[in-house]
Amino acid sequence: MKTSIIIIGGGPAGLAAAIAAKEAGADDLIILERDKELGGILNQCIHNGFGLHTFKEELTGPEYAARYIEKAKELEIPYMLKTMVVDIASESGVKKVTAMNREKGLFVIEADSVILAMGCRERPRGALNIPGYRPAGIYSAGTAQYYVNIEGKMPGKEVVILGSGDIGLIMARRMTLEGAKVKLVAELMPYSGGLKRNIVQCLDDYGIPLKLSHTVVDIDGRDRVKGVTIAKVDEKGKPVAGTEEYISCDTLLLSCGLIPENELSEKLGTGMNPVTNGPFVNESLETDIPGVFACGNVLHVHDLVDYVSMEAAVAGENAAAYVKGLLKETCKEIPLKAEGGVRYTVPARIDVNRMKEEQIVRFRVANVFKDKKICVYVGDSCIQSLRKKVLAPGEMEQVKLKKVKLLEAGDFDSITICLEDA
Amino acid sequence: MYDVVVIGAGVTGCAVARELSRKKYRIAVLERESDVCEGTSKANSGIVHAGYDAKTGSMKQKMNVRGSELMEPLSKELDFPYKRNGSMVLLFDENKRGELEALLERGKTNGVKDLRIIEREECLKLEPNLSDQVVAALYVPTGGIVCPFGLTIALAENAAVNGVEFHLNTEVKTIEKTEGGYRITTGKETFEAAVVINAAGVYADHFHNMVSEDKLKITARKGEYCLMDKNVGDYVSTTLFQLPGAYGKGILVTPTVHGNLLVGPTAYDIEDKEENNTTQDGLAEVLSKAGNSVKVVPTRKIITSFAGLRAHEQGGDFVIKEVEDAPGFIDVAGIESPGLSAAPAIGEYVAGLVAEILPKEDKEDFISTRKGIPNMALASDEEKHALIQKNPAYANVICRCEMVTEGEILEAIHRPLGATTLDGIKRRTRAGMGRCQSGFCAPKTVEILARELQTDMSEITKRGSGSRFLTGINKE
Repeated sequence: MKTSIIIIGGGPAGLAAAIAAKEAGADDLIILERDKELGGILNQCIHNGFGLHTFKEELTGPEYAARYIEKAKELEIPYMLKTMVVDIASESGVKKVTAMNREKGLFVIEADSVILAMGCRERPRGALNIPGYRPAGIYSAGTAQYYVNIEGKMPGKEVVILGSGDIGLIMARRMTLEGAKVKLVAELMPYSGGLKRNIVQCLDDYGIPLKLSHTVVDIDGRDRVKGVTIAKVDEKGKPVAGTEEYISCDTLLLSCGLIPENELSEKLGTGMNPVTNGPFVNESLETDIPGVFACGNVLHVHDLVDYVSMEAAVAGENAAAYVKGLLKETCKEIPLKAEGGVRYTVPARIDVNRMKEEQIVRFRVANVFKDKKICVYVGDSCIQSLRKKVLAPGEMEQVKLKKVKLLEAGDFDSITICLEDA
Repeated sequence: MYDVVVIGAGVTGCAVARELSRKKYRIAVLERESDVCEGTSKANSGIVHAGYDAKTGSMKQKMNVRGSELMEPLSKELDFPYKRNGSMVLLFDENKRGELEALLERGKTNGVKDLRIIEREECLKLEPNLSDQVVAALYVPTGGIVCPFGLTIALAENAAVNGVEFHLNTEVKTIEKTEGGYRITTGKETFEAAVVINAAGVYADHFHNMVSEDKLKITARKGEYCLMDKNVGDYVSTTLFQLPGAYGKGILVTPTVHGNLLVGPTAYDIEDKEENNTTQDGLAEVLSKAGNSVKVVPTRKIITSFAGLRAHEQGGDFVIKEVEDAPGFIDVAGIESPGLSAAPAIGEYVAGLVAEILPKEDKEDFISTRKGIPNMALASDEEKHALIQKNPAYANVICRCEMVTEGEILEAIHRPLGATTLDGIKRRTRAGMGRCQSGFCAPKTVEILARELQTDMSEITKRGSGSRFLTGINKE
């Protein structure tokens, strides 16, 4: 089997990429999705707040997904469901994607271009190395969300949530609405990892306490969770002796961060950014393997799906240009440096000649900052800056690089994005 | 009336039952948990020790050396993962070279083959990631690694196929001497047997003391471990021990037979025989001491941690014999390290003891081999095609981290002594053992279990009663 573009993943990123590619004239493409329907994790996100940027209205997750699914169907974009990609290889420019499903068994599709859109997964208990017993009743927030929203079943009745990532906050409200008692949300950092609006709407509105600089230091219960011990942590994140408090509960939900799911990218051999756990990409969202693009949470974890869709559309357009031979070969890629509170940038490299008039650079900051400006340096000169009252690690930031300004700056070897006092 | 009742379906009990099933005995294995391999057998280093460490002439030494010999052929016969990866005992302090040399001599006396002391340079050729402190090592090429679940389940399944009855969720309450043997009461039925095998792990003293005046004491010795992602599984290739101390073999760093990296265990005696929790201090100790052996312990790659309880008998040796004042009652007690390595030999030895007490002829129809569950992650493309052809469920991936398919899970449920719990599926197929630790696959596995066992999803447990996954339905 042969095609031009294979999109791996039929979630928000894969859908938006496929639609953009098709609209840009790539007719021969296919989406491979492992689940039984398109839409990805949005299908279980039944809360609202999606689409404010894209559609200027507040949609639920399934509604937001439906807009893209309908569009993809309208454009007659082919897709395969319940299809797991097990390997990708690139041999002299040809990408070979090996996949499995019940109907076709194990099969290989060859393509000129691949768009990686596999999304991310949640950090499990083990990765946090929380001591204690290993009973039933410990779930990632997303697993609990699946049970409550898809299966209509309750994973527990008395709940402690560790981590104030968005899914944890959303689940604090969901579990409460479905009749559970959410006792508290503990957060290791001195600030929340979630969006401000979620703290207000999911915790404050329901009187659920948020304990910052706290973590779970022990899990009790041999068969099912009986309780957890929480403790205050110092600046280094180490538990402070004497501050332990036992909270009885039957469930511990974990919302401690998301990890891009890049097993396939690693097999393929794309260079990986240790900060984002996603591939390094250039301004076209192309990895260091020509014709392989990445977008959405597999590239870096986003806060809003709207940004995923926008980013993915760029990957789709560029993949279409690539297969049509319209994406110019890069001649000089300038590295972007993340400094002074900026943790990383996507893209990580820019070819100034190939970039559009305006290039969005997305990033996250390492701490909560107040009254700062985001600065773009070329050599010693700051060519752009943008004032921000507050920056927080939970919210993705962006800066729009102007091509004219970069061209004016002449010859340079790197571009630095950093924070400075306003 | 049974000929033999085995108490405990850990690796020892299952090895004994499988050996006994060669003869025309009527055998029952009684296990309090919902599955085999639920105690010490599920939480250990997964090492097949070569046998240099045990005191010459001890039961540990005899059983270990023999067990280590039997393990490879057994792994082929019963189709479980085993690998001879070699091991090293690291020397950090030149002043202790005498102890390393003594270990070499003991190994030779114990009948361990090909072992020798190698100097730092040669150590580094074998293991480039050794720490700067390593000055020399005892190199033991015959050391190996095994899947402890794979071994135990293979033994149990083969025993079951050969007619051994497994009574799970059956906790022994009392044992009394009768005229022709013993009467054993459980939470359920009562069993009468001519011979009783006490393979109850940390509780072996409890049952021994029901029938004997010569009291036994088994202490639970906790060992904590951290398991790391497969992407650092090749950080070392041999099993790295440190020169042993008073409490066993110290902290080791080893690849597992499945390709993860494992570090541990600690060794602390504890009072409560159910206390298999990990602790902040224990895990910190594991990681810090592992740092003596290798340059960098990849702590960011930890995917889970766990603790196991070793059954330590005061004398420090395995206690494998008919109890003097309780004829027909055989202790297989104090089976701490190297118990996993020794299990095949213990099975063989105990079957010999039983044969002396109760001679029986061999079965003509004994089935000596067993085929494991297919493994799609390791299968070649041809094998994959063939499996999918047989059942398209082999193309439906359930656990993405370990690439376990619905076909494998169905097989785990429907074979002899099939899985009924999530942990049962996990130990048979590795679904949920990967880096997401069942975050994605648990709901799907629960659904398959409920469907196949024809029960409601809310009835499915992690590992038997009391460990339900779901507590009810929304707004209940």
